[in-house]
Amino acid sequence: MNPLALLGRFATTRADSAGFVCDLLLRTALHLPRLRRRFRFLLDTAFNAGVRSLPVTMVVAAFAGAILAMQTGIELRRFGDTAVLGTITALSMCREMGPFITGVILAATVGSSIAAELGTMQVSDEIAALEVMSVDPVDYLVLPRVVALAVMCPLLTVLSDLIGIYGGSVIAEHNLGVSPTLYWISAREALTSSGMLLPKEVYVGLLKAFVFGIAIATVSCAAGLRASGGALGVGLAVQTAVRNSVILIIVLGFIVTWFFYFLGG
Amino acid sequence: MIELHGVHKRLGNRQILAGMTLRVPKGMNFVLMGPSGSGKSVTLKHVIGILKPDEGSVQVDGQEVPTMSRAQLMTLRKRMGYLFQNGALINWLSVADNVGLPLREHARLPKSELDDRVQQVLRLVKLDHAAAQFPPSISGGMKLRAGLARALVTNPEYVLYDEPNAGLDPIISHQIHELIAQVRDDLGVTGLIVTHSRACATQCGDRIGILEEGRLGIEGTVDEMVRSDHPLARAFLGGGAD
Repeated sequence: MNPLALLGRFATTRADSAGFVCDLLLRTALHLPRLRRRFRFLLDTAFNAGVRSLPVTMVVAAFAGAILAMQTGIELRRFGDTAVLGTITALSMCREMGPFITGVILAATVGSSIAAELGTMQVSDEIAALEVMSVDPVDYLVLPRVVALAVMCPLLTVLSDLIGIYGGSVIAEHNLGVSPTLYWISAREALTSSGMLLPKEVYVGLLKAFVFGIAIATVSCAAGLRASGGALGVGLAVQTAVRNSVILIIVLGFIVTWFFYFLGG
Repeated sequence: MIELHGVHKRLGNRQILAGMTLRVPKGMNFVLMGPSGSGKSVTLKHVIGILKPDEGSVQVDGQEVPTMSRAQLMTLRKRMGYLFQNGALINWLSVADNVGLPLREHARLPKSELDDRVQQVLRLVKLDHAAAQFPPSISGGMKLRAGLARALVTNPEYVLYDEPNAGLDPIISHQIHELIAQVRDDLGVTGLIVTHSRACATQCGDRIGILEEGRLGIEGTVDEMVRSDHPLARAFLGGGAD
């Protein structure tokens, strides 16, 4: 086949998928006033999302913080400046690592489950059944999931940040000889030096997590709603959901960082 | 009345419907038969507005379905029920919650009145004992009956049945056929039934149409069709059928 035609088909498919996701997000936003009717379902989804991903988020965050402290500490020790280890670990966790780890884990656990659930509903005519009952699947299925992840991702990120900083403190004390008091004081000072109630490092990180939560839920719902062709289609939907979520987490993370630290000064 | 005139529909590379014309008068069960992939379910999806024709007209009570706005389509769908092949029940809702879903979403009924209505239709389909069970724990026949109860709970004027006895044993199939006939006789509901089954067609139908190459190849009353020598009628309704 003509390579240009192949490229054109690839671009059309990608544009169509992106358009579907944007349209889904817009329609979800328009349904926000109906959220009260879905409150029970929203709580169930939020609870499932939190509980299902909490243990793995904690373990990964602890080790990520420990690795971060270890790698940074090795270099700092050469310069005899391990006193700033708490600062570096705290800032790295809150700005980038915490939201990123939480986002990736939510994409892998909750996002995949959303895509599988909605994909199965799509291929077994349950979504069509909702439509013929005049029940909008966006209102009934997508809205509570998007809001649940938009709320849960920042909450889990706060825990990730804390556990990651704690993981770093263990390495700092036992492997690098930094006293826990010094580590925690430097970490606290790094996060409170601006004098603001919510330091920039924290609120930018939480904003990232909020954006990631919305992106993961929307992309995963879109993948599920576009599933076709039985079990194979559901498998592909899960694959698409996780792949696109991770790509979006990285791209959106870059954009938010660039906006707040380079564009905004 | 449901009317299709010269409906054409292509899905992918295949021409599914090619000049499909069909008329279902009120209070009647019209049975649509035909080989697999001949466009029977596609026809139902045009009637309820899930699919739009490439060409031709689809009308319900004189209203053109393909040109309806989303709001008009939702109003139309509230007057229609649709029984899917496997019931298409929502897995995380109990049978009673599945059946009550359209009422909870649209009718502003007090809970007691809603529960009464759900119990009433569950009794009609002889499923009141399973109200608290969940779809994964009930049989295929029970799922279909629950799907039928859900289709009937809003007192629809029309019900579209997509393979109402697919995969069921003859005893359960017979119960489903009786229910479909009862729904027409007692509630005056107009039905459009898609099936491969001779038993279903003859037990629930008033008229039968058989699809051939994207349009009705032959159509008539049940008696006419059973006695017909037309090869399509022999294939689907002859002694060897079912």
